[in-house]
Amino acid sequence: MLKIDQDIVDAIVAHARRDHPDEACGIVAGAIGSDRPERLVPMANAERSPTFYRFDSLEQLRVWREMDDRDEEPVVIYHSHTASEAYPSRTDLDYAAEPTAHYLLVSTRHDDDVEIRSFRIVDRVVTEEEVVVAGRE
Amino acid sequence: MAIEVRIPTILLQYTGGAKAVAGAGDTLEAVIDDLESRHPGLRERLVDNGGLRRFVNVYLNDEDVRFLDGLTTPVSDGDSVTVLPAVAGGSARGW
Repeated sequence: MLKIDQDIVDAIVAHARRDHPDEACGIVAGAIGSDRPERLVPMANAERSPTFYRFDSLEQLRVWREMDDRDEEPVVIYHSHTASEAYPSRTDLDYAAEPTAHYLLVSTRHDDDVEIRSFRIVDRVVTEEEVVVAGRE
Repeated sequence: MAIEVRIPTILLQYTGGAKAVAGAGDTLEAVIDDLESRHPGLRERLVDNGGLRRFVNVYLNDEDVRFLDGLTTPVSDGDSVTVLPAVAGGSARGW
């Protein structure tokens, strides 16, 4: 199960809409071991592509070091699919390298609707999980 | 001559859980070979066909070694090497 605040979900969807038709990507950091996504970090898609995404390597180093300094880990790794469903592709499986992260997929293929689904990807095995969105206090 | 090499979660299986290991060598390639002697299997995760794997980021201090000399990048005592698997994917079937 992924528990995530409405504010963060809204910001992720806004990011995906903004970058559409290119795929958007980023992380939500949280305290190591907490499983709580707290700090949204949208990342640039170095591929700038409607079908691929990749974090810029130097930006990734900066963000990963910052998480290290703050005793955080990437609780959520998100990206958007702009013309297909919010389900991990074979490419997504090939490159999923954070076994403890929730892989959040957003599909912006429909203007009037957004699909948001979350998955665990461990050793190329995909397990879908429920997304529980906490409302604003 | 000690080079600190920081290991990402997905490769901790090769270092017995150690997040940082020490290596020796004059170039990145030599350091990787040195690590391989104590942590078998690690090199194959970093190198293929004589070059660094495309979706593994290797940094020397603050720089991505792709922008230096890749495997032949010289390293000095006290340098820090960081390995991070690239975060990538997408809706397409394959690269």
